[in-house]
Amino acid sequence: MKENRQELNRNLAQMLKGGVIMDVTTPEQARIAEAAGACAVMALERIPADIRAAGGVSRMSDPKMIKGIQEAVSIPVMAKCRIGHFAEAQILQAIEIDYIDESEVLSPADDVYHIDKNKFEVPFVCGAKNLNEALRRIAEGATMIRTKGEPGTGDVIQAVRHLRMMQSEIRRLTSMSEDELYEAAKAMQAPYELVRYVHENGKLPVVNFAAGGVATPADAALMMQLGAEGVFVGSGIFKSGDPAKRAAAIVKAVTNYNDAKMLAELSEDLGEAMVGINEQEIALLMAERGK
Amino acid sequence: MRIAILALQGAFIEHQKMLAQLGVESFEVRQAADWELPKDALIIPGGESTTMLKLLRELDLLQPIKQAIEDGLPVFGTCAGLILLAKHVEGDDKQRISTMDTTVCRNAYGRQLGSFFVESNLKGIDHAVPMTFIRAPYIDKVGSEVEILAEVNGTSLPPNKVINW
Repeated sequence: MKENRQELNRNLAQMLKGGVIMDVTTPEQARIAEAAGACAVMALERIPADIRAAGGVSRMSDPKMIKGIQEAVSIPVMAKCRIGHFAEAQILQAIEIDYIDESEVLSPADDVYHIDKNKFEVPFVCGAKNLNEALRRIAEGATMIRTKGEPGTGDVIQAVRHLRMMQSEIRRLTSMSEDELYEAAKAMQAPYELVRYVHENGKLPVVNFAAGGVATPADAALMMQLGAEGVFVGSGIFKSGDPAKRAAAIVKAVTNYNDAKMLAELSEDLGEAMVGINEQEIALLMAERGK
Repeated sequence: MRIAILALQGAFIEHQKMLAQLGVESFEVRQAADWELPKDALIIPGGESTTMLKLLRELDLLQPIKQAIEDGLPVFGTCAGLILLAKHVEGDDKQRISTMDTTVCRNAYGRQLGSFFVESNLKGIDHAVPMTFIRAPYIDKVGSEVEILAEVNGTSLPPNKVINW
């Protein structure tokens, strides 16, 4: 039964591939996202850019607000809980959320342990900035991985760094001889079985999306060409001048990420992009939360 | 034989891999220019039907695909593919490809917690076939010319529903 649930949860992530998951804070935004072609929405009270600006402790959203979004759309609805906060996760499971994001965007509740996600029936997505982190999260039961990037900045550099790091570490594992894998697992602080899976298959055993700093159709295409299987867009849409248009353009960019001519058309006249914060200006590195 | 696979969003790579295993040639359809290529059949994969429908429209693929199916192109749809192919979707009269005489219910088993796995029989295959339902639709009604290949009547399922396998 447990095995079965894991498989079903991995399968839902398969269905999201090639799609865009958008952060929304109201039922109305959720409807805009769905109409623009989002394959799922992430319901949260404040988008990462505002969490950054507001400071203080950031927690799971009000279940009532999440339910309002569940009622507004027919696509899957995800929500975030704090790293290690299994009680928040239990609450999200109780309201039948489709996917939980155990997210570094919120204030961590535990600086040592992540949630034992194998204990849950609902699926989890977790952030990772390298292969080690990704494999540890999968061992804990995550059935989908996303790059951490740096949420709420509109700066894609860290998502690029994390995805490139994962891809390069995957390539390194695939070129190893079998007897080197034990030492690799030790060095990576990751389970041997998962290291071996990556060695044999040249990919993670779960779907891997890009997240954290994607703001334009070109950003989305960049991440897809680098090997992401889909894209999360947080602050990039509803912090921009024309959310509906930008959202639709990013959806199309993810489908036709190799067609530069189409990308050029999609990038035209989108209004103002989110302002963004450069890497050097960031006071709080969310990606350093939860290793 | 050369199979077109609609690759706008969703689980299309799985179909490519399976066809490759069977030694069948396939190609991705991501935009109108791809649809011009010669093909013997079409596969519409699982994924989000709302996303696919929007992209089908905006990439000018909806009418050409509908026309080709009406002209006799064989088509295989799973999950979102079923929704796009159904003539009627309960509580929703959006124009889709709408060529198969069926009425389907979207997300008919509820949210992800309602997703399930069964083994069941499929007409023409002499052993039980594994079937996975992820936020799946089911078929509520079929026209007289629709042949039903499998049904799942488990206790957790509404009785006598045709599956979207």
